Amino acid sequence: MSETAARALAQMFERMSGVIETEKDHLSELDGAIGDGDHGITMSIGFKAVTAALAALDLDSASPSDVMSTAAGGFLDAVGASTGPLYATGFRRAAQALAGRGHLDLAACRDMLAAMSEGIRDRGKAQRGDKTMLDVWMPAAEAAATAVANGRSKPEFWKAVEIAAENGAAATATMVATKGRAARLRERSLGHTDPGAASAAMLIKAMAAML
Amino acid sequence: MQRFINDPDLVVEDTVKGFVKAHSDIVRLAENPRVVVAKDAPFAGKVGVVTGGGSGHEPAFIGYTGKNMLDAVAVGELFSSPTAKSFHDAIREANGGKGVVVLYGNYAGDNMNVKMAAKLAAKDGIEIATVVANDDVCSAPPEEREKRRGVAGEIFMWKMGGAKAATGASLEEVRATAQKAIDNCRSIGVGLGPCTLPAVGHPNFQIEPGTMEVGIGHHGEPGVRVEKLKTAEEVARDMVKIVLDDHNLPEGTEVAVLVSGLGATPLNELYILNDTIESEISARGLKIVKTWIGNYFTSLEMVGATLTVMALDDELKTLLEVETRCTMAL
Repeated sequence: MSETAARALAQMFERMSGVIETEKDHLSELDGAIGDGDHGITMSIGFKAVTAALAALDLDSASPSDVMSTAAGGFLDAVGASTGPLYATGFRRAAQALAGRGHLDLAACRDMLAAMSEGIRDRGKAQRGDKTMLDVWMPAAEAAATAVANGRSKPEFWKAVEIAAENGAAATATMVATKGRAARLRERSLGHTDPGAASAAMLIKAMAAML
Repeated sequence: MQRFINDPDLVVEDTVKGFVKAHSDIVRLAENPRVVVAKDAPFAGKVGVVTGGGSGHEPAFIGYTGKNMLDAVAVGELFSSPTAKSFHDAIREANGGKGVVVLYGNYAGDNMNVKMAAKLAAKDGIEIATVVANDDVCSAPPEEREKRRGVAGEIFMWKMGGAKAATGASLEEVRATAQKAIDNCRSIGVGLGPCTLPAVGHPNFQIEPGTMEVGIGHHGEPGVRVEKLKTAEEVARDMVKIVLDDHNLPEGTEVAVLVSGLGATPLNELYILNDTIESEISARGLKIVKTWIGNYFTSLEMVGATLTVMALDDELKTLLEVETRCTMAL
């Protein structure tokens, strides 16, 4: 069974890479408003590196945890900026959360989302409301925990996670940036969706579609 | 704007290739093509001195690689921190067995990538120290100095750290001197025109014709105020005032001055600015020991200039005289 789970995760990363590629210019435009306009390019480089690293992995023998740690390594070696360490740490924590698990049941998905969210928070030292990708990952992880606690079905679980992510991304437009390059804009960042939050919501949508 | 490029996605790669070809007497490329190393580094028994940062600031950061300056430099994408791997590889290339000091600028990405690289290097058994530059006065108020960005003052930090390391000093001594150097630096930037990342194709911030942005950052981070373009004399006076009001140096203090263009401002305008900068600094009772003027730390084709003033003590004054061999004479 671990074979199927590893493949599902690898396909999820392919889907993520595809979505980022399609939305590359849009993400860079969002970034251009409050950052330096390269977020789409950065994410594209990162997810291309992840899929390249996974292509070299033997998915017949790899565990879900192996897939996540390979993705972490691929992303970290390819991407600098803040995005590199943030996602690499998130994926690495997810690998730890999935260690020893062969199935991607809802409990595993919940733990994976929680680990991603905590990894990103610990690395970037951001808080909720700072107008970052964390404003998507944290509510998504919470929605996942609530859905499992309430015994929701798989489609309900992912629907709840996706909505939380989308709402989180939209909410960043009402926030004043306090972290990263946009923080230097202070009030001038109001009204703009955070590009890192926008791409996070895209990644979560890809997860929901593939897991 | 018309440019000499091949492919917007290959700007960094092509820049580094051309740089290394031009300066093979001073630098070499590491196995990692995003790490530039001083030709004969590592030097056994010397503390290694490393920096890194986004590209687009040439000659920073690679232009300061060389003898008695930086031993290795990690190269990032345009305006984007190098990867943790590149910082890690730079540290390894610079390691002469006496530890490595990483002297870098205060940006979110650089902070995280250096931290991860330092952890990896520690696993290799390399002793690491870091100093974070925060000389840009307008990027945060004085009580939040730790939040300020690093700008052209980084060059003085590298110069002092590199020169100290050349004396055979210990890792802690090199760290302390580099820290003192950046603590003694204050900088300000004034922008007259924006810049564009080639892959993005349009400027991501605007400076309206007839206006200027006082306190602008090296990536177009907004300054403290946008105002009508004034004469060079008035601009220079404002720059000196902002820097020295924050610095609060006692009369008689000796200083080093660096006036850098941001990329598209011609050198003659920097000299025009300096005519007033020199008078204003002297009028405050400070003694200028040395002045550097040129494109030392740029931001692609941004129009504008930065002023950095470093207060000197006996140690820094002595280290200022240590000869360096990098592409930018300092």
